Amino acid sequence: MLHCWDGARFPPGGTISIPAKEFNLGFIRPVNSVSHGLRVFTCPLVNVRDALNQAMDEELERDERVFLLGEEVAQYDGAYKVSRGLWKKYGDKRIIDTPITEMGFAGIAVGAAFAGLRPICEFMTWNFSMQAIDQVINSAAKTYYMSAGAQPVPIVFRGPNGSSAGVAAQHSQCFAAWYGHCPGLKVVSPWNSEDARGLLKAAIRDDNPVVFLENELMYGVPFDLSEDVLQKDFVVPIGKAKVERRGTHITLVSHSRCVGFCLDAASVLAKEGVECEVVNLRTIRPLDVDTIEASVMKTGHLVTVEGGWPQYGVGAEICARVMEGPAFNYLDAPAVRVTGVDIPMPYAKILEDHSVPQIKDIIFSVKKVLNM
Amino acid sequence: RVLELTGCAASMVASSRSYADFTPEATFDIKKVDLHRLEEGPPLTATLTREEGLKYYRTMQTIRRMELKADQLYKQKIIRGFCHLYDGQEACAVGIEGGITLSDHLITAYRAHGYTLTRGGTVREIMAELTGRRGGIAKGKGGSMHMYTKNFYGGNGIVGAQVPLGAGVALACKYLGNDQLCVSLYGDGAANQGQIFETYNMSSLWKLPIIFICENNQYGMGTSVERSSASTEYYKRGDYIPGLRVDGMDVLCVREATKFAADHCRSGKGPILMELQTYRYHGHSMSDPGVSYRTREEIQEVRSKSDPISMLKDRMLSNNMASIEELKEIDIAVRKEIEDAAQFATTDPEPPLDDLCSHIFANDQPFEVRGATPWTKLTSTS
Repeated sequence: MLHCWDGARFPPGGTISIPAKEFNLGFIRPVNSVSHGLRVFTCPLVNVRDALNQAMDEELERDERVFLLGEEVAQYDGAYKVSRGLWKKYGDKRIIDTPITEMGFAGIAVGAAFAGLRPICEFMTWNFSMQAIDQVINSAAKTYYMSAGAQPVPIVFRGPNGSSAGVAAQHSQCFAAWYGHCPGLKVVSPWNSEDARGLLKAAIRDDNPVVFLENELMYGVPFDLSEDVLQKDFVVPIGKAKVERRGTHITLVSHSRCVGFCLDAASVLAKEGVECEVVNLRTIRPLDVDTIEASVMKTGHLVTVEGGWPQYGVGAEICARVMEGPAFNYLDAPAVRVTGVDIPMPYAKILEDHSVPQIKDIIFSVKKVLNM
Repeated sequence: RVLELTGCAASMVASSRSYADFTPEATFDIKKVDLHRLEEGPPLTATLTREEGLKYYRTMQTIRRMELKADQLYKQKIIRGFCHLYDGQEACAVGIEGGITLSDHLITAYRAHGYTLTRGGTVREIMAELTGRRGGIAKGKGGSMHMYTKNFYGGNGIVGAQVPLGAGVALACKYLGNDQLCVSLYGDGAANQGQIFETYNMSSLWKLPIIFICENNQYGMGTSVERSSASTEYYKRGDYIPGLRVDGMDVLCVREATKFAADHCRSGKGPILMELQTYRYHGHSMSDPGVSYRTREEIQEVRSKSDPISMLKDRMLSNNMASIEELKEIDIAVRKEIEDAAQFATTDPEPPLDDLCSHIFANDQPFEVRGATPWTKLTSTS
């Protein structure tokens, strides 16, 4: 029996997963573990970029019909290096550099899906998807319905979404609400590496059009990935939110990068005795209303947090659903939204910083809702 | 002008058989094709067997009568919404199919009823789709512009969007190495769409097995080609892509050109572009009488001098490949088929309300769909 410093007990033959940080700091000594017949698995730190890369690599290997196309995905290794190494490994047939013609190559990708392939169509950023949005909505999303089930469209559209750093108005828009509006699409928005890996695998294996909204500022952020997550068949189910932090006083619902801000705000608020429950949506459409409602029914308070604009946005939808469902009766205060500022994104750093939700905005809103 | 472009020459073949025997096959002179970036084009003659002739005749007549019946049903308000009829253009759909096989692929825009038929749909299910019934080819969910069969990807409502889709299908053919090709059709109106030029570029770069076909019926809705296009030589608009301009009223011309184009694709040379010069008798759609931007005289002249069905009929009769009675019998059989289909299409029940939310996602668990009110909870199944 191995007795750990924190009181945990491990019988021989088991596996323990340790965050890399703790292992490196010597909390668990490998020699003790080995002598007790335990296999120690140190969770590697994997950043979101590498998680996406590994997910694509594994799915390309698993299914010959999967291929990737987009600008600079092959020889450049990806504009944001998400597809690094894939062209070298899989070659021209399966990793295809396209000209700068979104409407054309998105249409080609959808047509390839019609004919039985499983394309991953990358938009360098989701801002450029507007050039191709007709193909995403009218050709991809609606076809299974219009054909009464005769023509499935197994395609993934992916790329970075939302604000970045200093790229100004035309390159900073969040499209979660735009695509989340449309029946026939699944829309996912991962936050951390586990989300990125599991949701991308799920999206590629899904027989339907999936809009996969990444975040450029998250690409370089590392997270521990447990052994389970690193299994080749690990998928995160589309349509299920995850409670990242349990709490009792207020529910914070968020997606993508803002989930991290919510957790940071929750740490600060915890010092003042406010325990926030943080819900990571993971999927925009279909929205996991059950998880949101269960949380609100427990805490009685709701703040949604998103990077996109407020009008007709993700937060607006969440509030409307809560109003219309059983959780309304449990609200002790109106639900509110924390969002990006309702302006095109400015360039100057001070202006940009004030255009997106900051941790202090979340804390302020929580206190307002809790009447503190 | 239209007639200059669509004149036909039927050559006489001396038949040594008695009038009781039919000529089993005959060779006809067909109009020379205009070439762009091609040294040689399709042959100047086409051989037609009696079987082929009867098949083409029957199929074209079926399309013709089906479209006229749709016109009737639309005026009776049994068909609603958009209805874009194909009568006059039959030689295109039938000739193209004569040059490829059903294991090849095809995609077109919204004037799609004729192609739905040549690609394996039945008149019954096409008409029942137009009337929005559960027996429709898309179970009433799609309507006139959204009909699909195996290797036929519609029926597409957004002008020009079908062209990159077709290139994607062609990419899949090349990827899977199956020696198949994709025919991607669009009209003179769509020919100026940017996404088509994007598709020309990528298809050529990647040598995709795609035949671009522009069905030039002289009018994009109410806008004549002179008023929409700085260059009306649509067969040259592919620039670096070889092109052919073909008499689209002659089913044999279309067939030979399609065979030529298919050989080009299958030999790995990449895309090729065909412009079919054709004509629609109806307006753009059933809401368009079709005479505010063109004259009745023009329509009548095409009908009397270049009708594709008459042209084939004359050829077959004057070469003793069929008798008038035989063709009349086909007409009667077609009429009956259309009547039966119309009967079905007007009596089949509408789709069940349970079907409202189905077919959102493929291969998924059933899930809840919000109805018009928060209390209306509907279910979607795959």
